[in-house]
Amino acid sequence: MSDDHGSIFDGLLGGDSSQWAFGTDFEDPLAGVDTTTPDGVDPAELAAYCLMLGDDALIMSQRLSEWCSRAPDLEEDIALANVALDLLGQARLLLARAAAADPGVVPALPAGSPVPPEDALAFFREDRDFRNVRLAEVANGDFGHVVVRLLLFSVARLALLERLRTSRDHVLAAVAAKGVKEVAYHRDWAGRWFLTLARGTEESRRRLLAALDALFPLWAELVTAHPVERSLASAGVGVDPAFLREEVDAVLDQVLAASGVERPARPPLAGAGERTGRDGAHTEALSLLLAEMQVVARAHPSGRW
Amino acid sequence: MTAIPAEPDQEERLQAAFDATIARRDRIEPRDWMPDAYRSTLVRQIAQHAHSEIIGMQPEGDWISRAPSLRRKAILLAKVQDEAGHGLYLYAACETLGVSRAELTDLLLAGRQKYSSIFNYPTLSYADVGTIGWLVDGAAICNQVPLCRTSYGPYGRAMIRICKEESFHQRQGYELLMTMMRGTDEQRAMVQESVDRFWWPVLMMFGPPDAQSPNSERSMAWGIKRNSNDELRQKFVDMTVPQAKALGVTLPDPDLRWNAERGAHDFGEPDWAEFAAVIRGEGPCNAQRVAHRRAAHEEGAWVREAATAFARRSAGEGGR
Repeated sequence: MSDDHGSIFDGLLGGDSSQWAFGTDFEDPLAGVDTTTPDGVDPAELAAYCLMLGDDALIMSQRLSEWCSRAPDLEEDIALANVALDLLGQARLLLARAAAADPGVVPALPAGSPVPPEDALAFFREDRDFRNVRLAEVANGDFGHVVVRLLLFSVARLALLERLRTSRDHVLAAVAAKGVKEVAYHRDWAGRWFLTLARGTEESRRRLLAALDALFPLWAELVTAHPVERSLASAGVGVDPAFLREEVDAVLDQVLAASGVERPARPPLAGAGERTGRDGAHTEALSLLLAEMQVVARAHPSGRW
Repeated sequence: MTAIPAEPDQEERLQAAFDATIARRDRIEPRDWMPDAYRSTLVRQIAQHAHSEIIGMQPEGDWISRAPSLRRKAILLAKVQDEAGHGLYLYAACETLGVSRAELTDLLLAGRQKYSSIFNYPTLSYADVGTIGWLVDGAAICNQVPLCRTSYGPYGRAMIRICKEESFHQRQGYELLMTMMRGTDEQRAMVQESVDRFWWPVLMMFGPPDAQSPNSERSMAWGIKRNSNDELRQKFVDMTVPQAKALGVTLPDPDLRWNAERGAHDFGEPDWAEFAAVIRGEGPCNAQRVAHRRAAHEEGAWVREAATAFARRSAGEGGR
């Protein structure tokens, strides 16, 4: 049989592992990066802060990736996977940064386990140790729900990352510099669909408003400062989200106005006393999400993947 | 869609030009005259291929939420996303033949067009993600690489890009299995179990034996198909045996052995009755796969309607 394309399998048996997964095959995502904690910063606080931003990205990514093969059209399937991949990339760097700042946050694994710190943090922490906002974790709904959730999330995250680019922490500054471009696209995608659904059909408007009503009580958490955020903001390392509130409100109001939608008059969702997602006080949804996400990793604590 | 109506002698001239293009191994392009049967054969084959990409998102996509490392999660999500992209190119190639993506989706959901039988088998462990990459994508590449030279231009060009990405997926799958084989005993057992389960269904991906392949002969004559099912199956087995050895797994076929006289491996016969049953819709996951696709399509209807209404309204406002 003459076949000049047969060479496609050449090299498959080679021992050089660098040929495999271009751009994804890093064992240490922070290799070669300066991970010294900046002067005057408490490493435990820096780690907690990285977990907040990293867990937001990881849990949002997990929810978004559940849309894979379920979107209304192939183009939107691809777009949602893109957003999920961007946030997963941010999460990996931020979790690795948390572990480098304070190895004490990384759960203990059996001696000799090859599981890297980013995976120990993602797969072996309990729900109460996750620091993400509750907006990221609640179960998926319809397409209107994913549009509203991503809009609320990305409006706040973009404003935060824009400021974080000047962080005194090199890793946070680098994550922010890359993340700004990514999240700007996420916000545009969500804003465009918000407008489309608001001005599409009666049915799409009804569904969009229902999703906005359900998710709006979770929005305040994104722009309410946690003591760790305040402390790191004053050290020039983090961003105080309370200072973003005005800007974020203005962007959101612009989208709502263009869509002819009123801002819902809903109070913030109650936490456990004063505690919310940033303190590890979550909704019922997170435990279920983690049960699924962690099941294979936990079954093989000494496994190699 | 039918060919442009032509006078009898004109039709003969068009047919002669078409035949000459095929004989020269040149490409037929969308605006060229082509026999109705050539067009319908292509629509059937390209649509089946597009549907396979889209249905094929499900068995692996099911493991994205449970991927055991963040790196593997990123690789798998990107791979399944690539499959959606392949589906898009192929539906677009089909649209050049005058059939829309919406029509093809309806035909799939009505059970009037098929997709690859392999996706009617379940994925039961994370090793299956690796096995699908190594064996299923490997078999797909064997089938598809010759299609880069297929006679219909848009299909051949789509296949060039798809094959590049598929070969990347195959390496990623093989690398996952290699890594697992360096892990724990449980992981090694998981890999072997997965290979045992997928081996025979993968050999069926090349289609029935040549003697029983009803559409093959004409497709070969038209240059749509370039190699026979049995040739491609043999090529795949010969490529895979050394890869299995390097990986450290056995292939579940007692008749598999090197035949020095033929310069090729002898191997056993897949269970063609099982293949026929899966094609008839009686595989383990046929109903589930189509139901999943139907649910996504139906639950997205209001979104597509909203987008159409919004676009129409925006165009109207722009024209004022």
